[in-house]
Amino acid sequence: MRLALLLLPLMATPAFANKIFVTNERGNSVSVLDSETWEKIAEFPAGNRPRGITMSPDGKELYVCASDDDTVRVFDPATYEEIRTLPSGPDPELFVLHPSGNPLYIANEDDNLVTVVDVRTREVLAEVPVGVEPEGMALSPDAKVLINTSETTNMAHFIDTESFRITHNVLVDQRPRYAEFTRDGTKLYVSSEIGGTVSVIDMTAAEPAVVKKITFDVPGVLPEWLQPVGVRVTADDSRVFVALGPANRVAVIDGATDEVIDYLLVGQRVWQMAFTPDEAYLVTTNGNSNDVSIIDVKAEKVIRSVQVGEQPWGVVVAPD
Amino acid sequence: MPLLRTFIAATWALFAFALSAAAVEVRAAVLRIDRALPLPISRLDIPPEDLGFAGAVLATEDNQTTGRFIGMEFTLETRAVAPEAAENAIDALKAEGVGLVVVLANGAETLALADRAGPGVLILNAGARDEALREQDCRANVLHISPSRLMTTDAVMQFLMWKKWPRLFLIHGSHPEDAALADAYRTSARKFGAKIVEERLFEDTGGARRTDTGHVLVQRQIPVFTQGAEEHDVIVAADEADVFAAYLPFHGWEPRPVVGSAGLIPVTWMPALEAWGATQFQRRFEKLTGRAMREEDYQVWLALRVVGEAVTRTMSADPVAIRDYALSDAFELAAFKGQKVTFRPWNGQLRQPIMLTDRHVMVSVSPQDGYLHQVSPLDTLGRDRPETACTAFGG
Repeated sequence: MRLALLLLPLMATPAFANKIFVTNERGNSVSVLDSETWEKIAEFPAGNRPRGITMSPDGKELYVCASDDDTVRVFDPATYEEIRTLPSGPDPELFVLHPSGNPLYIANEDDNLVTVVDVRTREVLAEVPVGVEPEGMALSPDAKVLINTSETTNMAHFIDTESFRITHNVLVDQRPRYAEFTRDGTKLYVSSEIGGTVSVIDMTAAEPAVVKKITFDVPGVLPEWLQPVGVRVTADDSRVFVALGPANRVAVIDGATDEVIDYLLVGQRVWQMAFTPDEAYLVTTNGNSNDVSIIDVKAEKVIRSVQVGEQPWGVVVAPD
Repeated sequence: MPLLRTFIAATWALFAFALSAAAVEVRAAVLRIDRALPLPISRLDIPPEDLGFAGAVLATEDNQTTGRFIGMEFTLETRAVAPEAAENAIDALKAEGVGLVVVLANGAETLALADRAGPGVLILNAGARDEALREQDCRANVLHISPSRLMTTDAVMQFLMWKKWPRLFLIHGSHPEDAALADAYRTSARKFGAKIVEERLFEDTGGARRTDTGHVLVQRQIPVFTQGAEEHDVIVAADEADVFAAYLPFHGWEPRPVVGSAGLIPVTWMPALEAWGATQFQRRFEKLTGRAMREEDYQVWLALRVVGEAVTRTMSADPVAIRDYALSDAFELAAFKGQKVTFRPWNGQLRQPIMLTDRHVMVSVSPQDGYLHQVSPLDTLGRDRPETACTAFGG
């Protein structure tokens, strides 16, 4: 009883407000939202054509792929000042940061390479030749396997993060855009934008293999517009959210059965998504309606939309 | 950095080893039939030496990047010959064991090559747009990568109807291909409810294409040529022979836009396209060739990507297996057009969006919103299954 009393005021305390950073591809800026009020609190210039965005685990550095500047720009999330840049190779689009905060793995579309960069020394640690137009990047929870998807080769490449060698290549459907592991590391989801599917890859077998392809069907929406891009999985692996691009929907998938449960109507051309640290909310970037949609994760409902800059692309939420 | 280089070299060596262990060779060729043509109206249109071939080189590189992961080796032959040497060229390729041939030629030549090659060779038509080649003269060993004329005229017509510009002033040239294109515009106008209010023939009287200060005469002649036409919303130009259409914009008697062979043009590719991830593709091509990508390059690239995709999925280099897979429901391919491209199983025509461009930016892409279809909106472009005259595909 005493314990419960102690806990009660804690639980009643509203969650910490976190800053949400949204890259605006056309606006050449990053919009900053407050996760408590959902108001836009700032917008700052972020180089030319900012797309992929991530943050260091300690929340002290913000990394932005400035695609048309052929560089990764590093910003101070408190002052919005640029701290430095990182060598990325031409036209960086998406990347993934090691959970320790270093190194950064960057998909380098023009050169068919995955570039591994030390974020402290700015040194290029390795370049791994992959398929044509590398795009999606993911790290397994134990950080031992790096995934890269190549859009024209239509493969998920499995890269050993110690030797930087490709260990497996798994064919998926047309134009794979994004890869995401479950938290327990047993499954990998790969979205195929033009194929219109999400491949479920079993990571527990001796060789990773596609065990299921999730398909989508929304009444009144042409099948051609069901183009899966961003994928997010809840920490308990019970729900998978898939952004469906010009279908203007986010699919909610049961993480146990990999069946679609529901479609949530969001803004136009929804691409990337990010959870708040407590996973109470999921923020989606809607490129053609210049806004983000806020999804109540538990209720599986869209609760509001917030106007940001021109053509929002990527999103990251600051850690607590 | 030297350490890194060694590392990359080692990685490549590893691929090479994997390849030599169990490589299946996929041998393809591009056969281009070159005829002596008059100079184009604009020097921007002078064809480069490597027209089409450059697209093939890029496609082979793209295919090989995938091939090295799966133990396939894609090779390429390119041949440019005069029309009279076409049969010898296909015979030679066949004798060398090349069973996949991308053809850049006119309709009659493409048909002759398909018949000469026979059922063991898969012909990928990347040039000819003739309707007959896909209909009464269709052949089971031919897949059509280039769209038919009707697909391109339907693409224009859907846009005109979307704009509510249904009154058309059709001006066509005097060459047989101009007549075929004008026919396609008439069919498209009927199909989508536009009205051709007047037609005029622009006779090709020959003469040099290049004259100093020729624009002076153009500025006087074209207004007069277009004077007194019935009330119209747009001029539709059918000028495949490239004789007059480029002179129509801004010179018409009435201030009306031009569509078709000039003005707003239906294309399979344009070098300004940046949507749908095309930027990297354009850059790869420009790095390789030092020039912009043309429709022929794109169509040949796409033909060989069809081959690459079928080989990757079936692990077979057999032309018949590749054809069968391409025509099956399982086949789909991303082609920088915002949606997958597939084949019409009744005549081997590739379904594809058609872009409309002023040659500077992409103005629009057809099919237009609201043109629905029970199978695919892409089947609102060109002749549909119930109307087909093709029987070679078992339909």
